[in-house]
Amino acid sequence: MQNTWFGLQPELAVGLVMLLVLTMYAIFAGADFGGGILDLVSFGPRRKQQQDAISHAMGPVWEANHVWLIFMVVILFTAFPRAFEALSIAFFVPFHLVLFGIVLRGAAFVFRANADVASFQWTAWARVFGMASVITPFLLGAALGAVSTGGGVTHPVSLGIGALTLAVCAYLAAVFLCNETEGDLQEDFRFHALGAGLTVAVLAAILLPLIKNAAPLLWSHLAQPTSAPPMVAGAVLAILSAWAVGARRYGLARILAVAEVVIILGGWAFGQWPYIIYPDYTVHNSAAPGPSIRFLLNTLPFGLGLLIPSLILLFVVFKGRRRPTV
Amino acid sequence: MPYPAAYHLASMSNLTAARFQMAYSLGFHMIFAALGIGLPLMMLIAEGFYLRTQKAKYMRLARTWAKATGLLFAVGAVSGTALSFELGLLWPRFMGFAGSTLGPAFTLEGYAFFLEAIFLGLYLYGWERLKPAHHWLTGLVVALTSCLSGVLVLATDAWMQNPLGADVLMTNPEAMDAVGALFKNAAWPIMTIHSTFSAYATTGFAVAGVYAWSGLKGKMDEMRRSAIAIALFVGTVSALAMPITGDFAAKSVAERQPIKLAAMEAHFDTQSGAPLRLGGWPDEETGTVSFDLELPYGLSFLSYGDFNAEVKGLKEFPRELWPNVKVTHISFQIMVAAGMAMLALAAAYYATVWRNRIRKQTDQPLGRLLLTLLVPGGFLGIIALEAGWVVTEVGRQPWIIYGVMKVTDAVTPAPGLVTTLTWFVALYAALAVVLVFLLNRLKHA
Repeated sequence: MQNTWFGLQPELAVGLVMLLVLTMYAIFAGADFGGGILDLVSFGPRRKQQQDAISHAMGPVWEANHVWLIFMVVILFTAFPRAFEALSIAFFVPFHLVLFGIVLRGAAFVFRANADVASFQWTAWARVFGMASVITPFLLGAALGAVSTGGGVTHPVSLGIGALTLAVCAYLAAVFLCNETEGDLQEDFRFHALGAGLTVAVLAAILLPLIKNAAPLLWSHLAQPTSAPPMVAGAVLAILSAWAVGARRYGLARILAVAEVVIILGGWAFGQWPYIIYPDYTVHNSAAPGPSIRFLLNTLPFGLGLLIPSLILLFVVFKGRRRPTV
Repeated sequence: MPYPAAYHLASMSNLTAARFQMAYSLGFHMIFAALGIGLPLMMLIAEGFYLRTQKAKYMRLARTWAKATGLLFAVGAVSGTALSFELGLLWPRFMGFAGSTLGPAFTLEGYAFFLEAIFLGLYLYGWERLKPAHHWLTGLVVALTSCLSGVLVLATDAWMQNPLGADVLMTNPEAMDAVGALFKNAAWPIMTIHSTFSAYATTGFAVAGVYAWSGLKGKMDEMRRSAIAIALFVGTVSALAMPITGDFAAKSVAERQPIKLAAMEAHFDTQSGAPLRLGGWPDEETGTVSFDLELPYGLSFLSYGDFNAEVKGLKEFPRELWPNVKVTHISFQIMVAAGMAMLALAAAYYATVWRNRIRKQTDQPLGRLLLTLLVPGGFLGIIALEAGWVVTEVGRQPWIIYGVMKVTDAVTPAPGLVTTLTWFVALYAALAVVLVFLLNRLKHA
């Protein structure tokens, strides 16, 4: 394609849109998955209150947050159908498991909300909700690792990235929940945030030498000048965010946690460019030749023009500290 | 494989398993999609009546229907997500070839669905946080965007039935006008109007069936009578639109997919002044139909508006291009019969209401017989919806893109389809059971 879109090569523009969609999904749906993980691992005398706070925080927003994933799939097959085809064949089993996780998590969440809190059903659906919240982000993280290394989802690096994804989701959820709770409950989520933050640090410390030895090509991608500085900055932000949690400065911790995810995914994306699936599929060799990419880009401003104000409305109504009638 | 059910399935081919998984996933999702289009309209009507009249019964209905919408939407959303993956997981060659052509419709649908999810969150959780009129408006956005989502998804199905520009896509993909192929496709408005009305008809009759059931259990009151009135109003208007929109759909099939029309009618031999065949059991080997009733000249007239028009029979086409005639023909008969039964039920309901009105007994019960008929009537819309969809998609076989790509050439080479099919069957069956249980427990607060 010769014509540029706002001065950008169309493939690059779609790549940036995908990065945006992935980042939104990672932050918002990631926190929802993290809520499920915390729901599963929570313990202590206030377990039910913790689970209740998680339900309360997720209830109005999780379905909207989930739609980013559908967008990712649609953009992928619209703009890069050959890569979507290859991915669908290669990840036949892990993506089916992802779907099981998605279906079970959503269903279990609403089923639990409709059950009596003291009942067996409530406990059973809570367990399903928690476990399904582990399967999906783990496998999506592993799939991201697989397309980066050219290995499968069971490659040690992919498994490591899957585990890291879980820890980051749990961390995001805990930090967000610190901002939406008070008193003892807030202390509980602070504890969870510190635990998840520590897990992130340990996993990162294991992953770095692992990537260097087991996936040297990924290492060289991430060591590029476009990729390494954001990765380092992401690590610094992660440490600062955990410090802010420790200092009970939750608003700051939330901003730093979001910035950490944005910048690390950005760094990864610049390292990955121009590959969709390393090493065979690039944005160039799998781009759809017709006008669909342009349609996608041209409708984007209108679509986002409707979505963003609506999302802001949703979060203002349900996530504000004050609870007046709007 | 250690699973007993899978043991019997083990001999199934990859293609058959993929087709069953797609059919099962779509057939499951479709019910939620239809109710997800219809229920928001009904909760809006109920809440609207409340805002007008301030009668508590309408608010109770709106809140209960909103709760049901919340449950159904969640299952619809996740099973719909599964489908977006399954398109590629089951039919990767199809998506590799046509993904960019279908993309514009799915992109717009993505925005519509996103707005629906956002505003449904506002509606379901915003009763206390939003002003009443604002709350109603968030519901209006849900009703509009859910309808729009369905309309846009139908554009992709219409393209698979009538693939405009597919030759360009094969020979010179850069020149492929995907937007025109999707949205200037004459089959699209015809299919989507028919299927959108079917979503409202399905919901209307299903809700009426639920309240008729509680009426039979002795719980009939003013609120439940109003629920049936709203539900059957929506259901009847839509059921009346079905034969009209269906007539357009049949003429479109006659023009664009003559083999499908022949299979729908179990019409084996080319004939002028062809009769319309009601019921019957077709035999594909002998090319005959037993136990049917024939209306002379009916098929020629309904297909082409001319009693003497020639209608091509199946034998005109190579045997390997026939869809499954039994399934297509019988599903079509079931759809039409269910549609007629819905109209008959609607007539019986309005006759009762009218009789009560002239006797000035508007608070009279609807009568046990009518309620007893309305309960199974609640399934008629779902039956017609599923049967009509089977006609459309089984009648398209052996093609995935009509006349362009066969399902055999689209299916995934990945092994393990029998296993994923088995698990999907178990998962969705379990969800359906739980969902019915939970919906049945919903109380009118």
